[in-house]
Amino acid sequence: MSVIPASTPVTAAVGITPRPSLFRFRLKGVPWLPLLILLLIIVSAIGGESIPPQDPNGLNLAAAFRPPFWQAGGSYEYLLGTDNLGRDVLSRIIAGARVSAIVALYAIVFSGAIGTMLGIIAGYFGGIVDALIIRIAEIMMAIPSLALALIISASMAPGLSTVVVVIVLTYWTWYCRIIRSEILSLRERDYVSFAKIAGCGPLTIFFRHLLPNIFNTLLILMTLQVGQVILFEASLSFLGLGIQAPDTSWGLMLADARQYITYAWWGITMPGIVIMLTCLSSNLIGDWLRDLLDPKRRQL
Amino acid sequence: MKAVFAKGLLNALVSILGASVIIFVISRLSGDPVALMLPMDAPQSAINALRQELGLDRPIWEQFLLFLWKAVHGDFGQSYRWQMPALALVLERLPATMFLATAAFAFSLALALPLGVLSAVYRGSWVDQIGRVIAMLGQAVPSFWVGLILILVFAVTLQWLPAFGADGVRHVILPAIALGWYPVAAQTRIIRSGMLEVLDSDYIRMGRSVGTPERLLIWKYAFRNALLPLVTIMGVYFASMLSGAFVVETVFAWPGLGRTVVEAVFARDYPVVQAGVLITSILFVLSNLLVDLSYSIIDPRIRP
Repeated sequence: MSVIPASTPVTAAVGITPRPSLFRFRLKGVPWLPLLILLLIIVSAIGGESIPPQDPNGLNLAAAFRPPFWQAGGSYEYLLGTDNLGRDVLSRIIAGARVSAIVALYAIVFSGAIGTMLGIIAGYFGGIVDALIIRIAEIMMAIPSLALALIISASMAPGLSTVVVVIVLTYWTWYCRIIRSEILSLRERDYVSFAKIAGCGPLTIFFRHLLPNIFNTLLILMTLQVGQVILFEASLSFLGLGIQAPDTSWGLMLADARQYITYAWWGITMPGIVIMLTCLSSNLIGDWLRDLLDPKRRQL
Repeated sequence: MKAVFAKGLLNALVSILGASVIIFVISRLSGDPVALMLPMDAPQSAINALRQELGLDRPIWEQFLLFLWKAVHGDFGQSYRWQMPALALVLERLPATMFLATAAFAFSLALALPLGVLSAVYRGSWVDQIGRVIAMLGQAVPSFWVGLILILVFAVTLQWLPAFGADGVRHVILPAIALGWYPVAAQTRIIRSGMLEVLDSDYIRMGRSVGTPERLLIWKYAFRNALLPLVTIMGVYFASMLSGAFVVETVFAWPGLGRTVVEAVFARDYPVVQAGVLITSILFVLSNLLVDLSYSIIDPRIRP
């Protein structure tokens, strides 16, 4: 057992555990490295054209298939090597961060908003509304997400918006189910009943009494979704159904480099490592947030 | 038991029906499929004739009923590219995908079961740490990238295994690892927490106190009970492999359902895309249903 610090709030002594909040975390256990990696990705996404050392789309066939700097034939000009058209791999990775960030942002905001709203409505009103929403969610879940992506891509022109639509259609069910089950227990609380008796309308109850209580859950879900969205975008772009040239994304880089796997190992390795680091970071941050904000959900 | 079965089957049917509505609606969003099927300079009379032949001149609900009626009879139309019925093509490619998914599933279990049990028994040891690292890495890499790296290491550099094709057991090893890698993480975690819970129970403590060998306690008494939670989620993972097969099959040029559908998307071969997606959805729903049912058979406690 650790010694109770002198600054322990009085409430602890009375037996009321203070609700851990985002603003009272201890510095110990903060995943600094994942936070740093995500920060780097975000900076690259915002910085856009000013950060890459080379022009990410600049063709230079004379410099095609340069290996990374530590291998014979590599140079510090192209730190991570060049691809089949002589484009700098590092610069393209930095440029690709923007696509990943945009897709993640839109997909998470929209699927989170739609899923949360429907989850609150289903959980709060119950009855036939609940049955209907849950049924629709179940039907959406009956179609595997990649299969859904394929059929949407067959009908819409592939591109960034298609990727976002597919992810939103796939992920809103995830928010909907989890938020619904939270609301089911929240709506039985006394303060909700009191609010109702006091004459609050459903909207007031949603925004003032329910939404603040599911905020922690939402934050955790959104952080954990970042990694999944990035994997999904990479898979779609790899299949040729996502981001299209001349835009660049990590998945598209892998798709391009795939044909040259026999003589340019860095082409398929580097973007994959960046994908891995990004997903790993957001998953670790999500886990940390979950342990911090919602100890009940902590896994063994 | 019968009621459970009937309810599950009914739910599954509703889900499949709903899925077919979604597939129909989305594939009509693109506008007129005729415009894509005929050359740009086709005369109006040819366009009208084809529209009539496909039933596109009728109201949308009638078209849907027609689509459903035909789908129930196994008629998704002719594949434009392969000149054969779309459903026949999809069913012809299905066994290869099932073979791959089964191999991948076997791989993931072969890794997850011992890893999960050992990391529970030796909690906090290096086995536990390795399990943790594998779990984290497994969920942070796309399956197609695992495939590419496997090709790079084992096919290109070491030249131990073939990089693509489907000609015997040697060809299935790399794609199965790529496809089975992702669920290892979750399966290990489920086994581990199941084992931790069971190992803490009274009958294990009882067994230990009367001197039952530890090996027997772990593998015979605890392991079997720790498997239960895994069984519930197994269908989900098997189904997710059918979905993951779309990408992995493309990487390894595996001649299965997934690759066929992906190619059909590029060839604008709508009948094949619709048939493939609907068949995948049906398999997805059925494997979840099977797990629900088998769960209530395996575990008498949750039987109503």
